[in-house]
Amino acid sequence: MTQGLYTVRSNRPIAALTYEMQLEGDTSALVRPGQFVNLRTGGHYLRRPLSVCAWDASGMTLIYKVVGEGTDWLSTCMPGDTIDMLCGLGNGFDTSVSGQYPLLVGGGVGLPPLYQLARQLVDEGKQPRLIMGFNSEREVFYRQEFERLLPITVTTMDGSCGVRGLVTDVPPAADCTYFYACGPFPMLRALCGCMTVPGQLSLEERMGCGFGACMGCTIHTRLGDKRVCKEGPVFLKEELIW
Amino acid sequence: MNTAVTLCGIPLDNPVMAASGTFGYGAEFAELYDINCLGSFSFKGTTLAPRFGNPTPRIAESASGMLNAVGLQNPGVHKVIEEELPRMRAFFLKPVMANVSGFALDEYVQTCRLLDSQPQIGWLEVNISCPNVHGGGMSFGTCPQSAAEVTRAVKAVCKKPVIIKLSPNVSDIAAIARACEDAGADGLSLINTLVGMRLDLKTRKPILSNVTGGLSGPAILPVALNMVYRVYRAVRIPVVGMGGISSARDVVEMMLAGATAVQVGAANLVDPYICRDIIKDLPRVMDQYGINSLSDIIGGAHS
Repeated sequence: MTQGLYTVRSNRPIAALTYEMQLEGDTSALVRPGQFVNLRTGGHYLRRPLSVCAWDASGMTLIYKVVGEGTDWLSTCMPGDTIDMLCGLGNGFDTSVSGQYPLLVGGGVGLPPLYQLARQLVDEGKQPRLIMGFNSEREVFYRQEFERLLPITVTTMDGSCGVRGLVTDVPPAADCTYFYACGPFPMLRALCGCMTVPGQLSLEERMGCGFGACMGCTIHTRLGDKRVCKEGPVFLKEELIW
Repeated sequence: MNTAVTLCGIPLDNPVMAASGTFGYGAEFAELYDINCLGSFSFKGTTLAPRFGNPTPRIAESASGMLNAVGLQNPGVHKVIEEELPRMRAFFLKPVMANVSGFALDEYVQTCRLLDSQPQIGWLEVNISCPNVHGGGMSFGTCPQSAAEVTRAVKAVCKKPVIIKLSPNVSDIAAIARACEDAGADGLSLINTLVGMRLDLKTRKPILSNVTGGLSGPAILPVALNMVYRVYRAVRIPVVGMGGISSARDVVEMMLAGATAVQVGAANLVDPYICRDIIKDLPRVMDQYGINSLSDIIGGAHS
């Protein structure tokens, strides 16, 4: 984990209430896709955890949805502004166990960490596929960005884009070797119920510190009590208790 | 310039300690900086048996503060002695403060007795003020008789200084402080968190699974200062002051109110380097206010 100031390069809306922010700064603490940052927003006491969408040596991309005062503040940041962040938090996804045909499943603003994951899997010579789920077309983002990397299927609840229904309404390919998922809790639970291959899921929880000190985000797992921020946020399908 | 103070006979290089429940058993912070710069720290509230605590959500926010309802999650005293203390020895060389909680008198006694025999431990901080557990915790700290009873029972089995951690959720904290002093307490620490609540407008229900939680952070500093000020006048034993401390100026202010040492809590969770930075900044603030020795200003507001 590192703490530092990051300079906003760009901050633009990419879908309904959804923004993409690019930041410049030290990314040396990021080692795996699925790790997160905890950033300080103006006028709020606790930091806000956000998973990292993509990064390189000079900076990172975050995608967030305006859901409250903290993310609302974030949406007002301008290029040149600086943001105090703890970087490189959590365990992230393990790509070494994916097999040749991993399936990525993302729901809404659960999608961003799957972007760096898809990039890494492709770099490793694997052939991942993606199912991206939204409520409606207005919320769809990063379709082209993902399409450049891998085959995708879009689902929307109201059928305004792609397949009507839930991500779990799309049957995984027969040769699917593994799955990686991030999204709302009911989606993850349903997915665990229907996937026959092993997988990893990124969970969300209200956090105090984000680095394992306060015990604010501990959950029971089959492998003992774990802090979502420190031993997670990525957990094995086998260890989760629904 | 001299930042040293003495707490219950044990010298501290400076009065800044990390508060229990915000610093674990030190390992997460020792990865970030050399925590030997601290005066000391009070480790995670430890009970006789392991505890998971409350279900999540355990955390909510407020203006200038936060609510927690962790509910004393800890691995239990046996694991603390077998695993945490040996691990701590590799990165913290000073006496550490052992924070103890319980649900029955006998539990406090057994846990304190086990920790009292550990050479790494300097003080026992007996928490009779946790607002997030039922059937124990704070219920011991809300009346003078039960506070005195816990103090007497723990003192009977401990050789090390016993500091009783008091709750602000009472009508007369000075009466409870005096009862603890009369029962043999070597020191007092205050304040624990204030009981509070937040609601989720979407679900129309409390955010915390425990319904209520303990408020900490800068929002409670004035409450803490007032209570330390009142308790300092009521007793002769040393007071450890805490509640919203986030800067070297806050440390000086708390000491003027009557604190011999201070604890930094919630601020560690927002800025993991805050204790180190406060300690670095202390000489500058001392210079600014003409303070040569911090021990000279303890209770300075009363003279």
